[in-house]
Amino acid sequence: MSVTISIQDLVKKYGDATVIPELSVEIKKGEFFTLLGPSGCGKTTLLRMIAGFNSIEGGTIKFNDKTINNVEPGKRNIGMVFQNYAIFPHLSVTGNIAFGLQNRKLAKSEIASKVEDILKVVQIEQYKDRMPKNLSGGQQQRVALARAIVIRPDVLLMDEPLSNLDAKLRIDMRNAIKALQRDVGITTVYVTHDQEEAMAVSDRIAVMKSGVIQHLGTPQEIYQRPANLFVATFIGRTNVLEAALTNNQGTRTLRFGESGYQEPVERVNIPEEDAAKPLLAVKVSVRPEEFVISEDGTGIRAKIVHSVFLGQMTHYFVSLESGQSVEITQESTSARPLEPNQTIFLKVKTDKINIYDARGELNYTGSDRP
Amino acid sequence: MIQARKRFDVWTNLSLLIFIFYILFLALPLFTMLFKSFYNGTTGELSLAYFTKFFSKPYYLNALWNSMKVTVSVTLLAALIATPLAYIMSTVKIKGSSAIQILILISSMSAPFIGAYSWILLLGRSGVITRFMKDTLGIAMPDIYGFTGILVVLTLQMVPLIFMYVSGALKNVDQSLMEAAESMGYKGLAKMRKVLLPLITPTLLAGGLLVFMRALADFGTPMLIGEGYKTVPVLIFTEFISEVGGDDGFAAAISVIVVLFATAIFLLQKFVANRKSYTMSALNPIEAKKKKGLGNIAAHIVIYAYTLLALLPQLYVIYTSFLKTSGRIFVKGYSLDSYRQAFDNIGDVIQNTFMLALSAIVIIILLAVLIAYVTVRRRNALTNTLDIFTMFPYIVPGSILGIALLITFNDKPLVLSGTAVIMVVAFVIRRLPYTIRSSAAILHQIHGGIEEAAISLGASQMKTFFKITLPMMLAGVVSGAILSWVTIITELSTSIILYTGKTRTMTVAIYTEVVRGNYGVAAALSAILTGITVISLLVFLRMTGKKEFTL
Repeated sequence: MSVTISIQDLVKKYGDATVIPELSVEIKKGEFFTLLGPSGCGKTTLLRMIAGFNSIEGGTIKFNDKTINNVEPGKRNIGMVFQNYAIFPHLSVTGNIAFGLQNRKLAKSEIASKVEDILKVVQIEQYKDRMPKNLSGGQQQRVALARAIVIRPDVLLMDEPLSNLDAKLRIDMRNAIKALQRDVGITTVYVTHDQEEAMAVSDRIAVMKSGVIQHLGTPQEIYQRPANLFVATFIGRTNVLEAALTNNQGTRTLRFGESGYQEPVERVNIPEEDAAKPLLAVKVSVRPEEFVISEDGTGIRAKIVHSVFLGQMTHYFVSLESGQSVEITQESTSARPLEPNQTIFLKVKTDKINIYDARGELNYTGSDRP
Repeated sequence: MIQARKRFDVWTNLSLLIFIFYILFLALPLFTMLFKSFYNGTTGELSLAYFTKFFSKPYYLNALWNSMKVTVSVTLLAALIATPLAYIMSTVKIKGSSAIQILILISSMSAPFIGAYSWILLLGRSGVITRFMKDTLGIAMPDIYGFTGILVVLTLQMVPLIFMYVSGALKNVDQSLMEAAESMGYKGLAKMRKVLLPLITPTLLAGGLLVFMRALADFGTPMLIGEGYKTVPVLIFTEFISEVGGDDGFAAAISVIVVLFATAIFLLQKFVANRKSYTMSALNPIEAKKKKGLGNIAAHIVIYAYTLLALLPQLYVIYTSFLKTSGRIFVKGYSLDSYRQAFDNIGDVIQNTFMLALSAIVIIILLAVLIAYVTVRRRNALTNTLDIFTMFPYIVPGSILGIALLITFNDKPLVLSGTAVIMVVAFVIRRLPYTIRSSAAILHQIHGGIEEAAISLGASQMKTFFKITLPMMLAGVVSGAILSWVTIITELSTSIILYTGKTRTMTVAIYTEVVRGNYGVAAALSAILTGITVISLLVFLRMTGKKEFTL
């Protein structure tokens, strides 16, 4: 049934332009694997190479031990869900779902019972005789999903399947997709540009940019320990502060701007050539919730610009003494929110922030879990 | 201030005026025709005599049978040829495809009877190809006259129409539908049959209807190349203009039968098409891709060969227009004599054509703008009826409309027969739909809020229309008007019924010169007509930036 997808040194070129340079990744059997990135990062291109709709200019793709580079899409035993669903408008719901089965020399009764089963799984039994034009977006989505998994594919490929739905339906559907995938256990490759959606459904995420995987990890790893500044800013919201990392006989301290605010840091891994330097310029990624408003008048001096009350959390937009604007979030309290122009002092949660080299390419912060 | 009926404004009055126009020049003539088909001129009684006459004589029934044979064969054959051509053009990158699309468009817009006459010159008894085959190769060519000839000429004429329809539909098919089918193991013919063909079926039905109606109504082709093979339009014409005292009533009865038959087909098509309709809009349309090897060569050969075949009649006519003539026959050498003759002897037909067509176009633009506006923006019972009226020209063949107008306006109180007015009226009624369609289409894209914005800023309804709506509609109006214009100047079947010495048009002149065997002059006039058509179409393409249109 399910397979492991091994991708080795994969290259995609359009003419002279290289879209994907030598990409390697292994997608585990039964895993829900997501390709996440901004538009043009090569995620859909990669998905379509796995599906067989794009040619491969170098490297190999294997399903288990079988190289499938030159196998045509219909022979790869894949199920694919397209961005616009690609529901056949001339066929009913049943007709659409049975379409792939009809090509597989099955008895009519067998096709009917398989269709019947999958209709139940995706909960659209009552619409089975409808034509696609009489279905809502969410229902069409379910038909597309049913059509893709009814053929019992080795791999399920989904290309931004939720991007055409409204916000609320998107959340319902992504839960449905996740639950379904868990039940049937098909190796799934999912493409999206929505990081929240990626976090919600994935076992592992590959964050891509310019055809290169920037970070491969679980949703938690990617959010908490982004491999580089691109990933840190792409996943969730964050503030990037300039800081200095000093080294005093092995004791490392992080110092922010002119304020003199500093914090000792542990667990930093600095490459050998820089390890001995007494002072390193670094970039620090501090997520809004990783700021603490200090009670004792120490920390980075800042001024409230304005606040937004969002129920559970209150967001403050503040201006640091360096002039930089940052966003911080605090759990809402029964007290009144802080007023604009009020001066506050900010500290950071040293165990949560991420420290990068000056170019933002290397995360110095060590893993929480050894 | 109390407004009794808010909707009763200037637009309602205009709708009423147009409505009266349609009642007078479409409904009344058709009713008169219906009445005449039951009315016996000598006894003054109403009877079914004409209908019994038609259905009891094999001679007449045969013409009906011939018409059906021609129409059905042409429709099927045209669809069968055009669909693969459109598919090849949409999926394979053909060198010079833009030029080819324009050439195919041009070939579709020429008068079909010119094609017929050219094929006679090429494949007729003493045609160039026939003679070449016989004298040089010793091969006897099959006879081009009769059913075969009509089939060949009309099919060649109709293929571009379906080609353009299907090409348009293929643009709306999303590539991912094809990929979805592929991912489920369908390829090649199975993919076509199970996915692509059903998706373009509604379009094939629409294009098929258009071709069916045109083939059914076509008069020039069977007249020229049919010889003994009589179809209904030919029958109507000969019954009506018979030299031994034509019989209006009988011609009217045949016309009624044809209109009923056409209406039945029209309704049947609508019924089937409605059940099969779905809207498609492609996120990733199918793209023409560079192919390699034998397939690529084959695709190029097929497309080029077809384009050449489609243009061959036009090109050959233009070629012969430069041949030297002696009396009525072509002789060796080239000259502009045919053109000189064309201008000298019958120069006024060119002037006539322009005067009549221009008058018609002015009225068409005026009416189309108003009709498009009231049918899109002011939907009510009156405008809905107007909408239906504008569909009639699709069903009523040109020669029948001509006869209906003639028998209606032959007598007091309103005598129009023989005047330029009746010609202009016929042109307007028949070719108005093209301009209405494209004006309405563009109006659908203009948000109604923009007019409300103007009114809220204090502009009157008229000022809003002329300053805001009309300028925005203009591109659609003009492109539709060019289509109306081209179809007016290439029109034969109505003009041949309505013309008199003073209102002879170019197509009528070409037709009569061909019948007289005066091929040189006919060729020169055809070449001029083709020239005007091509220029008009190039202007159209320039304006719309498109390479195709739907009729």
